[in-house]
Formats: sequence, structure tokens, C-alpha cells
Amino acid sequence: MVREMLTGNASAAWGARLADVDYVPSFPITPQTEIIENISSWIRDREMNAKFVTMDSEHSMITAAGTAAATGARVFTATSSQGLLYGMEMLYTISGWRVPLVLVNVARAISSPITLEPDHNDILAARDSGWIQIHVENCQEALDAVLMGYKISEDERVFLPVIVNLDGFYLSFTREPVEIPDQKDVKKFLPPFNRENGYFRASKPVSRGAALLGGTGYSFFKYQMHLSACNAISVYKGVAKEFKAIFGREYDTVERYEMDDAEYVIVMSNSFATKGKAAVHIMREKGHKVGLLKLRLIRPFPADDIINELLNRKGVAIIDQNIAPGSGGILYNEVCGCLYHSKERPNILLSVIGGLGGKDISQAEFEHIIDTIKKYHNKKKVPIKPILLFTEEDMKVTNNIIDIAGI
Amino acid sequence: MDRAKIYKNVKDINEEEFVLPGTPLCAGCGGLLALRLAYKVLGQKVVILNAAGCFTLLSTYPYTPFRSSWLYTAMACGPAGAQGIRDALDILIEKGSIPKEENLKVVVLTGDGSAYDIGLQSTSGAIHRNLDFYYICYDNEAFGNTGFQMASSSPYGSRTGTTQPSDAYPMATEQQKKDLFEIWRAHKPPYMATVSPAHPVDLSAKFKKASEYKGPKLFITLAPCPTGWGYGASRSNRIAKLAVECGIWPLKEAIEGKLKHTYIPKFKPVEEYLSLQGRYDHLFKPVRNDFTIKKIQKGIDRYWAPFLKLTSCKR
Repeated sequence: MVREMLTGNASAAWGARLADVDYVPSFPITPQTEIIENISSWIRDREMNAKFVTMDSEHSMITAAGTAAATGARVFTATSSQGLLYGMEMLYTISGWRVPLVLVNVARAISSPITLEPDHNDILAARDSGWIQIHVENCQEALDAVLMGYKISEDERVFLPVIVNLDGFYLSFTREPVEIPDQKDVKKFLPPFNRENGYFRASKPVSRGAALLGGTGYSFFKYQMHLSACNAISVYKGVAKEFKAIFGREYDTVERYEMDDAEYVIVMSNSFATKGKAAVHIMREKGHKVGLLKLRLIRPFPADDIINELLNRKGVAIIDQNIAPGSGGILYNEVCGCLYHSKERPNILLSVIGGLGGKDISQAEFEHIIDTIKKYHNKKKVPIKPILLFTEEDMKVTNNIIDIAGI
Repeated sequence: MDRAKIYKNVKDINEEEFVLPGTPLCAGCGGLLALRLAYKVLGQKVVILNAAGCFTLLSTYPYTPFRSSWLYTAMACGPAGAQGIRDALDILIEKGSIPKEENLKVVVLTGDGSAYDIGLQSTSGAIHRNLDFYYICYDNEAFGNTGFQMASSSPYGSRTGTTQPSDAYPMATEQQKKDLFEIWRAHKPPYMATVSPAHPVDLSAKFKKASEYKGPKLFITLAPCPTGWGYGASRSNRIAKLAVECGIWPLKEAIEGKLKHTYIPKFKPVEEYLSLQGRYDHLFKPVRNDFTIKKIQKGIDRYWAPFLKLTSCKR
């Protein structure tokens, strides 16, 4: 085991290297590019025994990743934002092939306006594609989630591809101390991929991705996919247990921060959860009983774990770093949905939208969120609209750029 | 496998079948005949990457007419799919994860809608990367599987579902057919050729020759289409022959970009070819459209002129 200062991108690349992947199809896009630069260098320096190829688009890249996985190679690939959307058709196609692989999405907000910093409209656009989604907060988690991703994806109860999501800029280019596990420990955790049946071989012809006309058969296979994705919750928990036994780090489907006696809870995901935890820490010092629930496994949606954590709380704010125009926050709706049938559900569920395009969420805003839930709770009123985080200072900055544009 | 060393006549063609009867394709599909012939040279150790088109229906769950492997991808990415399979087989064999006897020829099978339009980028990428694969485009000169709409492969003067003749457009399709062969040739792949199901010896010889090259081996076959072109299914072979003999479908090959015609036709008037097909009816009825017919003929003459000078063949 070595401890090094690594960026989020380098950590993800190390995950692929340690997983001893066979094949890496690629296409550059900011902020993901550092991942494929690292991997291509390792392959060219013979430090990694894999084939690297630069494709002509993300659509082609995701296709090649899927067909190589269907041929029995262990495949890694990475993209961001526009790239994920450009290849979206193939995300659905590949999960239908039921092939294992890991794709890292380095989150970046979607055009237009074209921009660089992160929010989660890219990754959540893929939420119904049949891919398992693990969202990470720090560099260590990025490396570890790639390793766990292969183990989950290659489990025959799942056989679905995995996306590991890490935030662009905040995580992709931030250096943190990361433990790089020993290769032999990784081998123990993640043995070579068993490629026995169903792959393209001269001696065993197979027909895959065949057309299926009529809704009956189509429904059957879609339900199969859903049930396998549901299986991934218990598979994830088993994999996390094994991971802890070997590497000592624990990754449940959700992460609890100051949750034991918390009356008010913030639910959020990814790198901004670090900001949320810092805010909770400061509020705790001021005597507020607040906690934070970080969502890590987003697909399958770990509803039971979320319900367990949120029952009997006075109020909960779900911070969505995404926006579904005309509806609100995507994860808010999912969290609401799973709580409905519990009598002990929180009185207040507040939807908050913030961090779009990488916009900061300040301590004052976190405190405002908690104050708002408290007010609703005390006045026995319920929120009817999402809060769109935007401070007076934000308005000043915006007015300034609009003035410069001369509008 | 084919045992013939060279193909001189139809007796040299492998009798073994690799595409079995009873597929859901239309009766008289010229593209299917070309595929059947190509398979006789390729043999059984093949995986086909299919991009969305008529032939997607060949493998309709739970049936397949093939004795070898098949994967349907999506319309834009047949060659990208081929890249993943080729690379995976190479690295798995190199690492000793699978024995080399399990190796396969990787074959992309797409219609012209994919080859000429939505899949062109993916094809260009694969040729540029010198991917070792076969590419077969069955060209029926329109988006056939959706009911025959105009594609960039549709010839000037032909009628399609989205280019119906009208007073303003008496020629129906106003654009010229895109020259995909020349676009491919600009990449200088090791081997590329046009073929026709009505010239099985020429087709077999070309697939045989292609097998000697590593890298992209690209084919466009004319695919006479009874339903889209508007003729009786039994006439596919006759129409394919006429396409060649009128000079509208040149049989040629290019090795590393060097072009050669493999057959010099008899240059029958193109009218003989056009008049047999419903998609050209508007050029003859209710009044004859001499302007468009002549323009089509001139296009053919202009195409051949430089080559006929070179080969000193007289018309």
C-alpha cells in the first residue's frame, strides 16, 4: 500500500489500472481527459497490459466498450457531460446486452450555456438507462468505487454496467492523499473476470442484441433488467463488506454524518457533501441538532436505507445539484416517493436546488436551508416550491456580467 | 471455408450455406443474395456487427439464420462495435485468456442509410485506425427498412417516399447519389470493392482477394429491392445485371487507393434499366421526361469517359 497525493482523475485511473483492465476505448472531454492521459501513458510505458484506442466520438467509444465487454474483455472507459449525452443511446443498448464494465463520468453541467464546472444533470440523465450508479465524494472513494464497480458489475446476479460519478474540477483536479492498494490485495478482492459463456468465440456462436418484436418479450427482458438492478443493492452491500475486510474502508449505500440524534437532515451527494458536512459541523457547534445523509448508490435507489435514516426526523432538505425545469429537483422526487407510505415520515421535506454549473453553496446558505425547514416545522406549514439558491451577491455578479455584455 | 484458389466460374463457388433459408427479409432481396455469396468465402468463423437497417430483422429473437455469431448495435456505430470486438479478441488472445483458435473475422453489415450517412463518421474512424475488419454495405439506394425514403445514396431521378415527383420536382430526387466509394478511397484502405449479386464470380474473387489483406476490407454491393424499387421479386437478378451492363453500377476495386475496374460493361442505354422499375415510372408516364433521362445517361457517360480512354475500350 502506498499513500500519494492524487487528483480525482488520477485516482479513478488508478482504479482501472489496479483492476487489471484489458481494454480502454477513449475520447477526450474536459474535465475527464486526465484519466485517459494517465492510462494511455501507463499502457505506452508497459506499466499496464491493456489496449488503448482513441475513438471518433463518445458514441463510438461507448459502443466499443460494450462490444469488447460482450467479447469478454474487462473494459474501462470515461467521459463527461456532453459526451455522456452524445453516447446516451448506447448506454441503454449496452445495459440491454447485460455486459459488465465500468465507466467513470466526471460530472460537468450541460450546454447551453456551454460551461465547465459540475452539476448532475449529465449523470442523472442516465438514471433510467439500466446502469448502476455510484456517486463519490473524495479521491479515495473514486479509486475504491472503480474497484467495487467491477465486482458488482461482474456479479451474475447483476450483469449490468456501472457508472462511477465524480465531480469535475472540485474533485477531478483536487489533490488529496489517497491510499493506493497493493495489486495482490486487489487480485484477492477482484479475481480475473470469468468469461465462460455467451461471448463471441469461434467454437460457440451466439446471437446477441437480436430484434424482439412485440411488447411481451420486450417487457420480460426489461423486467429482468429491473430485477437484476434491484439485486445490485444486496450485491453492493456484500461487496462493500468484502472491501472493508480487505482494505479497511467502509462504503454503505448511504453515508451518515452526525445523524444519530439529528432532528433536521440535509440529503445530498458527491463532492459538495464535503461542504455540507463542514456546514453541519459548524451548526452542531452552535448547538443545532442537524445531520447529513449522503447518497452514494443512486441506481439502484436504496429506498429502504433512505427510509430508515429519515423516519422520525422533524424536517429534511434534499439538495439537488441538478434541475428538471418545470418540475424541480430530480432526487427530491425520488426521496419523497420512497417515504410516502411511512407514518413516521418527516413533517417537512424541502426541495433545494443549488450548485448548478459548480456554483458554490455557502455556510450562510446551508444555515438558511436549516432555518427554513425549522420555520416550516414550527409554523406547521409545508413548502410548496423548491428553493432556488441564489444570493444577493450572486445577483450582483450576474448584473455585472450582464452590464458588461451591454444588455 | 471456400476451397477455390481462384474464381473463374460459378462452379468454383462454395456449395456450403452459412445463411440458412427462412429469414424475414423480403422475397427477392438482392442484398441477401450478396450476403449469402460473401459468407461462402468468409466461412463460419465470423461475427457480424449489424447497424440498424433491413438486415436487423435477420436475427429476430428467438431465431437466427446464421451458423455464426451476430450482434446488433445501433445505426451509427457498426464499425465502432467492430473495433471493440476486434480489440477484445486481440488482447484476450495476446494475454492467453482465450486460445487463438477462438479467433473470428469481424464483419460490419449495414445498409446504405447507415453507411452513407449516420454511420459514416464511425466508418471513417475505423478505416483511419486501420481496423482489421470487413465492411459490407448493402445499397438499395434509400432508407429501405422505414419504407423507402430518400438517403444520400438515392440516385438523381428516382422516386422515394420523401421525394415524390411533383410539378416543381418532375425528376423526384434532385440530388446526385453520394460517391461513398470515393470517400472511402480517400482513406486509402488496403482493399475495397463494389460488387453485385448478379456477378457472383466477381464477388467471390473480390472477397477472396480481400482476405489476403490486414486492415479495412470494404464492400458496397448493389441491393436490388423489389418493394422499394417497384418490380416483381423474380426480376432482381435481371435488374442487377442491367445496372452493371448500363454502366450505372460499375464493378471496381481499389487496393491501397489504386483504382481498377474489374468489368467493362456493354453500355446498354440506361433507359433499359430505368424502365423496369416503378421508382422511375414518372420519367416515362404520363409524359416522357427526356431531360432527366438524358441527364442520368450523361452522368454515366461522364463517369466512364476517363477510364475508357485509359483502357482504350470503345463504346
